[in-house]
Amino acid sequence: MNDAIVLKYQISPDDFTRAGEASSDVKGKLKQLGISPEAVRKVAIAMYEGEINMVIHANGGEIVVEITPAEIKMVLADVGPGIPDVEKAMKAGYSTAPDEVRNLGFGAGMGLPNMKKYTDDMKIETTIGVGTTITMLVKL
Amino acid sequence: MDKFYHSVRLDQELCKGCINCIKRCPTQAIRVRNGKALINAKFCIDCGECIRVCPHHAKLAVYDKMDMMKSYRYTVALPAPSLYGQFNNLDDVNIVLNALQMMGFDDVFEVSAAAELVSEATREYLATHEDNLPIISTACPSVVRLIRVRFPNLISHLLPLNPPVEVAALLAAQSAMEKTGYKREEIGIFFISPCPSKVTYVKSPLGTEKSQVDHVLAIKDIYPQLLSRMNAVGEEREDLAISGKIGVSWGRSGGEASGLFTDNYLAADGIENVIRVLEDLEDQKFATLKFVELNACNGGCVGGVLTVENPYVAEVKLKRLRKYMPVARSHMDMQENADKLVSWTTTVQYEPVFSLGDNLMESFARLGQVERLCKRLPGLDCGSCGAPTCKALAEDIVRGQASEKDCVYYLRDSLHKLSEEVSALADDMHVGDKEELQMLRILKEYIQRISNEMSMLDSQEDEGEK
Repeated sequence: MNDAIVLKYQISPDDFTRAGEASSDVKGKLKQLGISPEAVRKVAIAMYEGEINMVIHANGGEIVVEITPAEIKMVLADVGPGIPDVEKAMKAGYSTAPDEVRNLGFGAGMGLPNMKKYTDDMKIETTIGVGTTITMLVKL
Repeated sequence: MDKFYHSVRLDQELCKGCINCIKRCPTQAIRVRNGKALINAKFCIDCGECIRVCPHHAKLAVYDKMDMMKSYRYTVALPAPSLYGQFNNLDDVNIVLNALQMMGFDDVFEVSAAAELVSEATREYLATHEDNLPIISTACPSVVRLIRVRFPNLISHLLPLNPPVEVAALLAAQSAMEKTGYKREEIGIFFISPCPSKVTYVKSPLGTEKSQVDHVLAIKDIYPQLLSRMNAVGEEREDLAISGKIGVSWGRSGGEASGLFTDNYLAADGIENVIRVLEDLEDQKFATLKFVELNACNGGCVGGVLTVENPYVAEVKLKRLRKYMPVARSHMDMQENADKLVSWTTTVQYEPVFSLGDNLMESFARLGQVERLCKRLPGLDCGSCGAPTCKALAEDIVRGQASEKDCVYYLRDSLHKLSEEVSALADDMHVGDKEELQMLRILKEYIQRISNEMSMLDSQEDEGEK
C-alpha cells in the first residue's frame, strides 16, 4: 500500500500569477499528512524558489514530487539555457535575472542558496543549451 | 473549556441543503448531509462567512440577549470601536457613550481606550523582538483560530498580547469593583460586538485562561435602542470618552497597524485575502516586514456580520469622527500592572485537524487514496455530493465520512451498468408460460425507459459542455 505518492506539475514559463501554485499544492498535501511543520516549511520554501527559477530562467518545465513516509524528493527538470557557472549561482546575492523580473521583487540571488539551505540534499545537473535538473531531498 | 466551541451555528428548520455555504466556507468546514448543512467543529473558525452568504438565513450567530443585564448589580458596557462607525453625522463619541448609560448600563469603558494600551505594548514588543519578524496581529479571533489549525509555522510569530476587548474587560472590572465595593460576580461586563468570532473568543479564549468579558451583545441588537436614546442626549453630556485616533482606528482594517508608527507593515482584510497572505508568509515571502495585521472581515471589524452599516461607509464615518480627536488619550503608565493585563498568559497550540489520518502511515496511505479517487471523480466541483469540491469528497471518503456513490456522476455511471446487467439477465431468462412472457416484456420495457432517461441526462450534459 505504501508506494511513493507521485505528484507531477507542469510549470508554465513567464506566468508569474501562476508561479507558486505547485509548491502551494504540495504544501497543502504535506499538511494533510501531519508531518512536522518544520519539514513542510522546508519543502514549501525550497520548492517555491525552484518553481520561481523555472519561471524566470528556464521557460518552465516539469516538477515531480515523490513522497514516501521517509522522505520527500523533488525533481525540477527544465529545458532552459542551463547554468554556466554553478558555483557562482550558488552564491547568495548572485543573480542573472533581468531587470523587469527584479522589479517584480524577484531575482534577489537567493534562489539556489535557499534551496540548498532548506533541503537535506541538493543535486544540480546542468548542460548549457540543454537544460537543468535539480533534485532536492527533505528527510522526514 | 471546549477547544472547538462555536458561535456560528445552523438553524435546521431554515436550511434547504443548498450549496452556497459549502462553496464559500474558507476552511471547507461545511458539508450537506441528509439535506442539511453540517458544520465540522474542528475545521470551523467562526469567521461568519456562511452567515453572510446563506440565502435562507439558516446560519446564525450565538450571542447574549440584553435582558442579561438584569442579572447583575452593576453593569459596564464595552463598545467596540466599530460601533462608532454605524451612525450618521456622529461627531462626538460621548453621544453614544451617554446613550449606552441611558439604556441602563451603569458605566461604559471604551474598547478603543484599551486598544491604545495594546498599541503601545505592541510597539514595545516589536522593538524587543526584531529576530522574530514579522509579528502577526492576534486581535481577530478567527485569524488566530485559522493559524492554529492551518499555519503551524506561523504560531511563533503571533503577537502574544491580549486583544483590546480583553484588556478593556480587565480594566473595567477592576475599576467597577473599586468604585462600588461589589464582588466581581456582581458586576457584569458586556461587550458590544461586531461579530460572533468575539463570542467564541469569550467562551473559549486563546492566549488567556478565562475571559473577563461576561456577555457579548450584538451591535445590530443594540443599534435601534441606541439610536432613539442618542437623539435624547443633550449638549450637557458627560465626558466619558477616553480614547483618541489610535484607539478608534482599530475599528477598520489598517487601524491597528497605523498605531505602530512604522510604514513597514501589511494589513489584509477579508478571509480569503488573509489566507493568501498567510500562505505567502509561511513561504517567507515577506521576510523584511515588521507587522502583519489581519482581519477576517472585509474592511476590518466594521465588516463584522453583527453590524448594520455597509463596512466601507462605516469606514468613512470612522475617518470623519477621528479627524479632530487627539492622537491617543490612554497610556500604559496610567494603569498599574498594565504589562500584566496586556500579556498573554497561555500559549497557542497547533491543532492538526486537517491531517487525513491519526498517524503518518495512515495519513500517507489515505493521501494516496485521495490522489487515486481525484482521478476518478469528474472534477466539476458541482457540490451535489454535499462536499465543496471533488477533492474534498475524496478526503471525506478516505476518512470514512462519505462514499463514492454520493457523487451523482458516479451514481449515474453505476446505474448505467446496473441497467445493462439487468437487461442481460432478462435476455437470458428462460420463460415458460404466456403470463411470464408478458411480465418479461413489461420488465424489458421499464429497463428501456430507465436507459433512455439516463441517456437524456447524458445528452443534456453534452449540450451543457458545448
